[in-house]
Amino acid sequence: MLQVLRQIARTGIKTDAPPAPDPDMVVVARLQEKILKTLGRALTIRQVDAGSCNGCELEIHALGNPYYNIEGLGIKFVASPRHADMLLVTGPVSRHMAIALQRTYDATPEPKLVVAAGECGCTGGIFGESYASLGRVANVIPVDVQIPGCPPTPTALLQGILAAIGAHATEPVAGGNGAA
Amino acid sequence: MDVSRLGLSAAALPCAVPAKRCPVDAIGLLTACRVAWEGGGQLVALWGSDDRDRERGFALNVVLQDHDGLTLLEHTLPTSESTYPDLAVVFPAANRMQRAAFDLLGIASEAEDQRQWAWQASWPIDRYPLRRDFEASPKWAPGQEEYPFVRVEGDGVHEIPVGPVHAGIIEPGHFRFQIVGEKVLRLEERLGFVHKGIEKRFEAMDAVAGHRLAGRVSGDSTVAYGWAYAQALEGIADVPPPPRALWLRALALERERIANHLGDLGYLGNDGGFAFGLSQFSRLKEVVLRTNLAAFGHRLAMDFVVPGGVARDVAGAPAAALRDECAMLEGEIGKLRHIYDEHEGLQDRFRACGIVTPALAAKLGLLGLAGRASGQARDLRCDFPRTPYDTLAVRKAAAEVGDVAARVAVRFDEAIESLRLVRTIVDAMPDGDITAPLPEPPAYRKGLGCVEGWRGPVLVALECGPGGTIRRCHPHDPSWSNWPVLEHAVIGNIVPDFPLINKSFNLSYSGQDL
Repeated sequence: MLQVLRQIARTGIKTDAPPAPDPDMVVVARLQEKILKTLGRALTIRQVDAGSCNGCELEIHALGNPYYNIEGLGIKFVASPRHADMLLVTGPVSRHMAIALQRTYDATPEPKLVVAAGECGCTGGIFGESYASLGRVANVIPVDVQIPGCPPTPTALLQGILAAIGAHATEPVAGGNGAA
Repeated sequence: MDVSRLGLSAAALPCAVPAKRCPVDAIGLLTACRVAWEGGGQLVALWGSDDRDRERGFALNVVLQDHDGLTLLEHTLPTSESTYPDLAVVFPAANRMQRAAFDLLGIASEAEDQRQWAWQASWPIDRYPLRRDFEASPKWAPGQEEYPFVRVEGDGVHEIPVGPVHAGIIEPGHFRFQIVGEKVLRLEERLGFVHKGIEKRFEAMDAVAGHRLAGRVSGDSTVAYGWAYAQALEGIADVPPPPRALWLRALALERERIANHLGDLGYLGNDGGFAFGLSQFSRLKEVVLRTNLAAFGHRLAMDFVVPGGVARDVAGAPAAALRDECAMLEGEIGKLRHIYDEHEGLQDRFRACGIVTPALAAKLGLLGLAGRASGQARDLRCDFPRTPYDTLAVRKAAAEVGDVAARVAVRFDEAIESLRLVRTIVDAMPDGDITAPLPEPPAYRKGLGCVEGWRGPVLVALECGPGGTIRRCHPHDPSWSNWPVLEHAVIGNIVPDFPLINKSFNLSYSGQDL
């Protein structure tokens, strides 16, 4: 136990200041006011891999590491769409995932936001549309924000997620001063 | 494998691992598999191709690996009515590959199990996407199949269906558990949800551009796939990349191994109820990815490997940063390993959990790091070392117990060994060019690329068409072989241990679904 505590103390706080939201990623600004009013700054996200190569998932995982510390911003990934305010969807939507994605969307309560992450989620990417792929996420469910990048960096993911909830100025989390 | 002993002829095949191709009839195919199995060989890959336009019917391709290297068995099926012997009687891992070959190409094995594998009702069941005359219709809407899962019956037995959308941030797939109380009697996997037509997509690409798609077969192994693809193409074009490029590829590959092992070690701690492990290892992984960005221009080194060499040189300050980071990481990983080893609660979860005995691993053909944790001492970097591994003397990680603890130990050992390799590579890399010009690859020539990725051997089989196009490309992930073993690893364990066991393998869905 002592070793664990010592390691925690030695590691210190690694969290960077969060990036500013990127309004350019917003496709439709239809829900921001409502969401903000309802949720304040707490946000729950259900991530759906609808056909990605898993590259985007690696970077979404990174959001949870001490450097990006997404939970410190009041944003949490949840296990069920029924608990979610936002769907974060990756991949070109494979035809085999289309029904599962639609059902996940239907199970998410209103008001809800959809963020398409990654080149494939935004445009279909290198996989495009084919007998097996329906292409971009917006071909299957309505999308509010698109985050480009192959895969998008954790910083870009944060910029897009924050833009979706219309977070204008976000103060650094307690103790986080950007010192890595 | 000495195929001449079987009365078969063989020709050399361009590949960085010793490889030959060998045309076989049905009896020769089965015999060669049996002989390879008896000699300790394993199945690496199985796929089909449509050669009717060249009046050769369909081809079934099987790659075996033994102590002599790779053997590509080529079996011709004159018509779509022709069948081939069920190879799953020798190599159980062939089962799903054979079923996928049928779904995509319409060539059938003689196996009893003819259930669909890659097909899930999104295109008509009698159309085969990898046939050259296949035309997709926009009218086909995604459908839903009724998959005949095997059911267990008895007093108190019930079923838990999980997925395709899982509770965590992971790829989609379906798991069907048959359980009694909290104990797993049986697990059956249903994959294919992220099938996005990668193999068909390759056929619309130029060979020199194909590495980008190969690098997106499984994002966590982008360097391994990029390298395997480049290796296959360079073999076909007969252009060896400059030595410095090979050293730089190895540098990126070892960094990929370190990053994935660090990520998984963190999640393994977390799944064992020790969140401290996740925050510590995810921090170290982030450090690795940030240094990657400076060195390779991309956090995951995507598109760093290009046919003919690498996309950019790594020298000066970024190279020094890679080397300097090694000591810090070795120190931190050492401390954390000590903490993991001493943590009784964590060890209680790791030990005797998800056991795959060496005998079972050999029978089922368990590959890569999971194989090495179950006494299957195979590693391409050691068994068939090529530049730069021929001078690096990679120490092969090994364990016998085959439980989660063994797979954790192998990951620790391999992460530490890769740090040694990174340091050596940075110090000993030869100077010189980083790319070689690639002429148009000759049509109808086949090449194989095979690279020991962090998960296991990644294979890319490539055949070029006229004018530098791709005629057929089959990327093959070790997950094909390892997914079925996971079904065995969970038998008799409790349901709440499944995430831990699953993570200890961390298999690819995208790499298998294609």
